[in-house]
Amino acid sequence: MNAASDVGYHAQRQARWHYGEVVFWLIVPACGFAFPTRYLIMTDILRLALFTMSLDLILGYAGIVSLGHAAFFGVGAYAAGLLALHGIINEPVLALIVAGLAAMVLGFATSFLVIRGVDLTRLMVTLGIALLLEALAERFSNITGGTDGLQGIEMQAIFGVIPFDMFGRTGFFYSLTVLFLLFLFARRVVHSPFGLSLRAIKNNPLRAAAIGIPVNRRLIAIYTLAAFYAGIAGALFTQTTAIASLDVFAFERSADLMLVLVIGGTGYLYGGLIGAVVFRMLQELFSTITPQYWQFWIGLVLVVIVLVGRQRLHRWVLYVPNLVIRQVAGRKAIVAVPESDS
Amino acid sequence: MTSILTNLFDGVAYGMLLFVLACGLAVTLGLMNFVNLAHGAFAMAGGYVCMVLVNRMGWPFFAALPLAFVSSAAIGIALEQMLYRHLYARSHLDQVLFTIGLTFMSVAAVDYIQGSSRVFINLPAALQGQFDLFGVGIGRYRLMIIVICGLLTIGLQMVLAKTRFGSRLRAAVDDPRAASGLGINVPQVFAFTFAFGCGLAGLGGALSAEILGLDPYFPLKFMIYFLIVVTVGGSSSITGPFLASLLLGIGDVAGKYYVPKMGPFVIYTMMIVILIWRPNGLFGRTAAR
Repeated sequence: MNAASDVGYHAQRQARWHYGEVVFWLIVPACGFAFPTRYLIMTDILRLALFTMSLDLILGYAGIVSLGHAAFFGVGAYAAGLLALHGIINEPVLALIVAGLAAMVLGFATSFLVIRGVDLTRLMVTLGIALLLEALAERFSNITGGTDGLQGIEMQAIFGVIPFDMFGRTGFFYSLTVLFLLFLFARRVVHSPFGLSLRAIKNNPLRAAAIGIPVNRRLIAIYTLAAFYAGIAGALFTQTTAIASLDVFAFERSADLMLVLVIGGTGYLYGGLIGAVVFRMLQELFSTITPQYWQFWIGLVLVVIVLVGRQRLHRWVLYVPNLVIRQVAGRKAIVAVPESDS
Repeated sequence: MTSILTNLFDGVAYGMLLFVLACGLAVTLGLMNFVNLAHGAFAMAGGYVCMVLVNRMGWPFFAALPLAFVSSAAIGIALEQMLYRHLYARSHLDQVLFTIGLTFMSVAAVDYIQGSSRVFINLPAALQGQFDLFGVGIGRYRLMIIVICGLLTIGLQMVLAKTRFGSRLRAAVDDPRAASGLGINVPQVFAFTFAFGCGLAGLGGALSAEILGLDPYFPLKFMIYFLIVVTVGGSSSITGPFLASLLLGIGDVAGKYYVPKMGPFVIYTMMIVILIWRPNGLFGRTAAR
């Protein structure tokens, strides 16, 4: 077997659907039926999961460190809010796609700034863009509603037949459907040759360029795609909560997002989904203990994660499940330890 | 005409303050290539120490300033020895996460101890008000800031250019490996400089309570300003960040005065444009580290 077919064999093996994944996607809708009183928080988790998946695409797969990913979330949120508020596009699914495209356009335009320079410059430029948009949203308060945000958004029924109810049931299943479809697409993308080339770029841009990968074009493409995902997440936020305020652009949102991704693990798509669940649970736990100072404990979690080492932490967490799987199924663990991203 | 000069004066005072606050970060980023987003927390610590000493214990303002420096430097060296030094070799992502975590912790901790409202330091009467010089309104407090920060800048420049420690530091910045090969104890030089930078930030924090406002969210609010100073100024010399902070200070004051509606828009646009034009900063070296 020569090297090329060997790589292809392993890539295809990786890309196959595992039983664990099927079970995961059966459990999630089952949660919707099992806890009918918890739709709001579960919708929140799904939204966060989608947003985190978007960051994972650029950070985990392409290695672009971003401190301003909330910029795209905010653009999506405001776009969806304005479309619904002024009755430009009343159908939620269409509005969702348009809002995603708006964020995508911004992502494409700013990707040229991001691909230049080293990590530090990227951090500053992404952070600067998010702050710039926040300042703009505050400045044009006649459009965005300023610090009060957009209010009085009325959502129409999905496809004109499924109305949003007050318990958030429709919102939950709507968000879940969107998340699942976008997950399928992301899964296809990261296992395609395009996705593999992104990993090569992350590991060593110079070598990737030397074997003929157009580094800059690939980075622009994935950054634009990630912006689309973040825009959709933002639009879901507006559509399911019926508000959009200035804090969609806040630095804390981008920082929290990094924490979510790091808890879940970078470089595999389920990282964002698992991270979102764990993060929201931690947040609930901390805010019941100390309502005002939960940020302290979130910060402590970050510091401990970094000091212990992210890979080591994931090995510990996955130790027992992998042991069980090995014993029961007698084969290699299904959940691999995510690769490093240094 | 006089309003322009007054604005220029205020801008210079603001810029000098930013320089004292941020020059420690220039060393951290430049020497060890360490992304320290928690730098503002050290400034905040100094500010609160000064506030407690002056307001609660009745110390004179000028006696409390050196203590703000010392306490921030002490916190800096403790954290450097315990935590930071383990992260020098790690990825930028890890450093960002770690320092964001520290910032969150410091914000919540100060909020818990001192409350979330803005605090003021009681100034001696000699520093309050302003006087006219050839028709230009000069704030006494801002004049003091310019004098203190100006002296500090000259002192720093002298230390860097003339002393043995300065040349060891410059050697370590230029090429850490060659410097350690020549027998320079690079980690020790760095630890000392880190502590000194934190101390300067603490002093800056104490001085800035009157101008920038001091509350628990200080590290988050001004993080972007410190980063702008360092990234725009470049981290290879002390003059780069100095000029960048003056530019930022004058630009920000003038922007808020003449185009108040644009708010911080001007500053962020300027930063992005400069970073696109010169990714290593206006005065940085051309080669990436």
